[in-house]
Amino acid sequence: MSFLPYAIAAWLFVVGLWGVVASRNLVRTVLCLTVVQSSTYLLLVGIGYRSAGRAPIVADIPAVSRLVDPTVQVLVLTDVVIEATVTALLLALVVQGHKRFGSVDPADFTTLRD
Amino acid sequence: MSVVQAVALLTVACAGTAVVLIGEPLRQILALGVYGLTLTVLFFALQAPDVALSEIVVSSLGLPLIAIAALRKIRQQERRHEQDERRG
Amino acid sequence: MSPRARLGLFALAGPGLLAVLVIGFLGLPAFGDYHGVYGLVVDGVELGERHATDMVTALNFDVRAFDTLGEEYLLFASVVGVVVLLRQLRGEHDDERGEAEREDGEGGERDGHDGSEHAFAGASDALRGLSLVLVPMLIALGVYLVIHGALTPGGGFQGGVVLAAGPIAVLVAGRYLAMKRLAPDWALEALEAAGAGAYALLGLGGLVLAGVFMKNFLPLGIPGHLLSAGSMPLNSIGVGLEVTGAFLLVWSEFLDQALLVRRGADG
Repeated sequence: MSFLPYAIAAWLFVVGLWGVVASRNLVRTVLCLTVVQSSTYLLLVGIGYRSAGRAPIVADIPAVSRLVDPTVQVLVLTDVVIEATVTALLLALVVQGHKRFGSVDPADFTTLRD
Repeated sequence: MSVVQAVALLTVACAGTAVVLIGEPLRQILALGVYGLTLTVLFFALQAPDVALSEIVVSSLGLPLIAIAALRKIRQQERRHEQDERRG
Repeated sequence: MSPRARLGLFALAGPGLLAVLVIGFLGLPAFGDYHGVYGLVVDGVELGERHATDMVTALNFDVRAFDTLGEEYLLFASVVGVVVLLRQLRGEHDDERGEAEREDGEGGERDGHDGSEHAFAGASDALRGLSLVLVPMLIALGVYLVIHGALTPGGGFQGGVVLAAGPIAVLVAGRYLAMKRLAPDWALEALEAAGAGAYALLGLGGLVLAGVFMKNFLPLGIPGHLLSAGSMPLNSIGVGLEVTGAFLLVWSEFLDQALLVRRGADG
């Protein structure tokens, strides 16, 4: 039972990757990539959890209470916002690719092969 | 692990699988918004309020707006290509 | 590689990857059994050393401020990439006049001559009233989150995105051009650059005034009060400005593409 968070992180990673591999529409690929990214958030926050720990804010609880690890939360917090802009970059690529090739099917992007 | 955490984890797994299984990009964006909400609840259950705040703000505001604007542009371009083909 | 071959390859590799991940994760300490030392040290020490009550923001903007500098510039680079990719190409032009006509035509011409939908024109009065109420609330909430980063959950990243939602509420009210006047592209670029530059300059301030790059050099104050934790609120404000500028710029670029840019001779 205590393996559940890690199991779900692994499952989300592989399911998202399957979505990336199997999609015929590049916008779908980018959105499934978001699921892959979120599996890493879950893994990191799960690693930092301490049983019976409180959130690492000491504004209203005594500073010597049992707190969860704040380091991994820092990583995930900035990551969430930055991955949104990276996804925007990928979607901009898709839009311009569609303008150039007339389709969002990755199989139709043929210039490199010609 | 408490019951809330276990239920939140299972909801996240179901929502993530749903996002991948849905075929149409517009519906997928809605599913992604719901997925972000389930992730937020999970992060709260794991005692990470900053991360939860970040996740809900990005998944309800940041990502859907960008994706919907991109989809709209693609639909517009498709319509224009069809018009050009009909004319030419 | 054909789609079938791809899927076939994944049918072999996918379960293998899942197995490797699960075996790897089994080696981690059990959930809730936290072994690391760094987090515990920071939890115990941060309040006394930096007078900050939010450990996560204290790590973000003080102890590990250098990492945040790198991540902030990652954001900056992505937005520069989006702006460059969605620039107006040769043969396209900005259809501002057409959009203004559509906006003023209050939903009368729901399907224009080229059949495209202009759903932004004709937003109902209820929607407009709601966004009028929302805009000051969003801005107030965003400013609160940014400034109270070191005290309560919040900080530059979260507050920045909420602040960026303010002009978007104007857009939802159906006034895309009003939003462009409220937040023109040059102002957004200046805002984003100012935020990123301010963060780096604060680091240099630490170098000049306290001998170490990114060191907290302002007086620390009383924990729990607004003006405490030294230069953390300033760092938070710098990041908040940058994230606001970044998100508004990205949305603006995509919406420009969707609403204004027209190709060739039509429009």
